[in-house]
Amino acid sequence: MNKALAFLFILLGASLGAQDVAIGSKLFSESRLLGEIMAQAIESQTELTVERRFGLGGSLIAFEALKSGSIDIYPEYTGTISEAILKESGDDYENELNDLGLIAGESFGFNNSYILITTETAGLSAISDLKNRGDLRFGFSNEFVKRGDGFGALNQAYGLNLPEPRGMNHGLAYRALAEGQIDVTDAYSTDGKLQEFGFQHLEDDQNFFPEYLAIPLIRNKLAQEHPEILGILSQIKIDGSKMRELNYLVEVMGSPIEKVAYDFLLEEGMVSKGSKPSFRHPIISQTIEHLQLTLLATLIAILIAVPMGIYISFKPRFATAILASTGVIQTVPSLALLGFMIPLFGIGFTPAIIALLLYALLPIVRNTYTGLQSTDPILIEAGRALGMTNWQILRMVRLPLAASFIMAGIRTALTINIGTATLAAFIGAGGLGESIITGINLNDNSIILQGAIPAALLALLADWGMAALAKKLEPRG
Amino acid sequence: MSLIVTLYICAIVSFQNIDKCFDGTPVLSDITFQVKEGETLCLIGPSGSGKSTILKLINGLLKPDSGKVEVFGKNVATSDDVELRRKIGFVLQQPALFPHYTVKQNIEIVPKLLGWNDDKCAARTLELLDLMGLNSGGMEERYPSQLSGGQQQRIGIARALAADPKLILFDEPFSALDPITRTDLQDEVLRLKKKLRKTTVFVTHDIREAFKLGDVVVILDEGRIIQMGAPEEIKANPSSAFVERFIDRDNE
Repeated sequence: MNKALAFLFILLGASLGAQDVAIGSKLFSESRLLGEIMAQAIESQTELTVERRFGLGGSLIAFEALKSGSIDIYPEYTGTISEAILKESGDDYENELNDLGLIAGESFGFNNSYILITTETAGLSAISDLKNRGDLRFGFSNEFVKRGDGFGALNQAYGLNLPEPRGMNHGLAYRALAEGQIDVTDAYSTDGKLQEFGFQHLEDDQNFFPEYLAIPLIRNKLAQEHPEILGILSQIKIDGSKMRELNYLVEVMGSPIEKVAYDFLLEEGMVSKGSKPSFRHPIISQTIEHLQLTLLATLIAILIAVPMGIYISFKPRFATAILASTGVIQTVPSLALLGFMIPLFGIGFTPAIIALLLYALLPIVRNTYTGLQSTDPILIEAGRALGMTNWQILRMVRLPLAASFIMAGIRTALTINIGTATLAAFIGAGGLGESIITGINLNDNSIILQGAIPAALLALLADWGMAALAKKLEPRG
Repeated sequence: MSLIVTLYICAIVSFQNIDKCFDGTPVLSDITFQVKEGETLCLIGPSGSGKSTILKLINGLLKPDSGKVEVFGKNVATSDDVELRRKIGFVLQQPALFPHYTVKQNIEIVPKLLGWNDDKCAARTLELLDLMGLNSGGMEERYPSQLSGGQQQRIGIARALAADPKLILFDEPFSALDPITRTDLQDEVLRLKKKLRKTTVFVTHDIREAFKLGDVVVILDEGRIIQMGAPEEIKANPSSAFVERFIDRDNE
């Protein structure tokens, strides 16, 4: 028991440790990489400690986290700020950011916008070359075809006079282009996967695509407290082809983000050689996060649910109501429950813990209650006849005899939590879900499996471990 | 008058005009009796005659609707139930040993509740196992499921005796045992009675058991005392046809 408590505090300590600067990022690897580069640059050039809250599930979530002070900095794109977040056309977003207490830092020096690509042998060099070329086979991504500022607007702006193409899965487009099944597709200019292919980039000769310059968004409060941070961030300069190369290292070569960021900063002379951080493979750090999430949520759930089960075993008239309400929680789809947490508790670790512990309540409450109810009445009578108080009967007789029921409930809760926690990555809580979501976004099964296999192994291991523990705790005789 | 007062003072258990109903049905009506120090009183009657209810009134598990129960000279209605029960040994119908406790742990429950130290508990356990003839074969560390029915009930008796209570209650303790084991245990109780002189209230539905063990036998039917007296007295002068029928079973 004492060991369990100590462990709980270690987990709590790990999750609540206060840091000077909190840097966020969105889900995809370029955003994480920029976050990590900023983090290492600040760590190596100041005495400040940096907390990394990477993998926030979308621009709006990251922006809200910044506004609310959950994070102090995160990398964003100018086009996203003006069109998706502030929904204001024109370049006047800087004033609006200032009103929100935010500063747009200096651009990192690359533009991650839509580009059109083709094969080197197609004989095309600029978008205007596509005029009246209905004979070409276009393999645009579904998103690009559907977006208001995508294919339709491009066709009109350039007067290309092309028929509306069918969308295809973006993950398949490069391969299709390389194998000559299509002639043109869209891409993000810094996509690391482009590095593998020698595609021709069609020049946007009429400047149709808006600029998506990568910048750090910074809370004004942080900039006032630590003005040196602005100076450090403005030294980070990455051009488009360098960014593509770094993305390639992370996404295709599978190098740890920490290592890629460190090597880049070392090359730029922004970190000293001695300060090399220890690089953990993402699977390891995600597994640790995953364990923190599930174990902490389950431990808190035990602390709530076991007393609750004891309480309703004494007050059976509340039993139906409490079992029903914990049952209702469990029918809420996991993603929806995680979504509900955002307006209440923000993003990150805390709301994920709360959502997970809510799921864990039912099996533990129900099994505690059932276990206590199943005590042989003659043993309760014996306890009373021997002069035990109700509390002593509970502690000395009913709880030990219900232990195997309670352990079975905890085992169910833990296994459910390990599965559900993979969704916690959507609200920036990290864990193995990050790999799964990234893999889905990139349509890359190997990245999905990097998250899915350890998660499945953890679930099996937890099930096995709990079974062994239950056997040990089971009353003998 | 002075004789009655003397008897009253010596009584360890005293029932005075006790009535008790369950859901409006009377289970005990106008019950009055006393158990003197060192005496064994057997309560006997058919099922539903209210014998077990009387035991529960003695240790405060039930409270009378009217009348007064006194144990150790104190009114049970106003005394602390938990404290009272720790002073009374109780042997249940089934041994009701705690399956997750070893023999030693089962025996030491009341001493531990009373705050005895480990050495004192251990010494007492050995003494009791010795007394019950169970001091061999690592009995202390066994679990109840590893014992025979007779052994379990001996541990049940040892558990009741553990804190050396002045009063012991038996609630049909041998009804589930085979005849040979039952006879063995009856002899054991008889032996303990002579050795320890504990005040005892013994509930049974076996008239032979009652006559064998009791100094006083109380015959109950439908919540009333039909006859009360020493075994020889009852045998000699059954007060009614009901009592005669009951005694006749002895001769079967």
